Amino acid sequence: MKALAGYLAGLLFGLGLAISGMTDPARVIGFLDVAGDWDSTLVFVLGGAVVTTFLGYRLVWRRSAPLLEPRFQLPTRSDLDARLLGGAALFGIGWGLSGYCPGPAVASLPGLSWPLTVFVVTLVAGWWLSRRLTPGA
Amino acid sequence: METMGWLQGALGGVLIGLSATLLMGLLGRIAGISGILSGLIFERGGDRPWRLAFLLGLVSGPGLLMLSGLDWGNVAGDSGATVGAPASGLTTMLVAGLLVGLGTGLGSGCTSGHGVCGLARLSPRSVAATLVFVLVAMLTVFVARHMLEGSA
Repeated sequence: MKALAGYLAGLLFGLGLAISGMTDPARVIGFLDVAGDWDSTLVFVLGGAVVTTFLGYRLVWRRSAPLLEPRFQLPTRSDLDARLLGGAALFGIGWGLSGYCPGPAVASLPGLSWPLTVFVVTLVAGWWLSRRLTPGA
Repeated sequence: METMGWLQGALGGVLIGLSATLLMGLLGRIAGISGILSGLIFERGGDRPWRLAFLLGLVSGPGLLMLSGLDWGNVAGDSGATVGAPASGLTTMLVAGLLVGLGTGLGSGCTSGHGVCGLARLSPRSVAATLVFVLVAMLTVFVARHMLEGSA
């Protein structure tokens, strides 16, 4: 049941990325290119996703626990630190260079190309490196 | 047909929101792609089956659209495509992938975990992270497109 839940959530996510056009790096870079021919699509994607998630979360949090697990697992920290902001900045450079963030890159794998393959391989290498740099992890 | 592009964007966004709601309602987890996938690769334990299933679902969404020939994609300038062409060559992609992996690893999240789920939770860390990565990405595109390319 848990694997089925994971599959359905992944499927909806992948369909959402494809239908919205986020599997097209040109659209993403078009949004980031505020000094050029600006593409507003990503605003609608993020807006639709955040509003739906905001309402959906409040709905499911009315229960005391999720249906298939004993409790909700939510991040509890609220402080800002250099690791969070520095990590976000590094991610921003990579996102701007490629037009890929992790979800769209992996969801684009059915349209495999060499640049995408290289991106996904070094993405995993970056995750490995970040774990090496994280004390106690 | 810009209106159609906006509508598809919003509809796709709602599907992403439903995915995040489903994962929270059933498993109590944040739908953060970088956390789910790096956890699948580098962590042992009971989360592996649902994370692997999530990965299969994530890839099979666009994959099923392509196999079925459904014209539901929203690729700029190519209405028949589901997945757009990469924007850069191998060297840029090598650097970009490493930065995205390292950055989302250190910063505990990407566009989905911080941008969608974190904003929906009104988390101050996610709001700050999202502002930083969007602004830095905009600056990166400005430098790459309008300063380096323009002067070349």
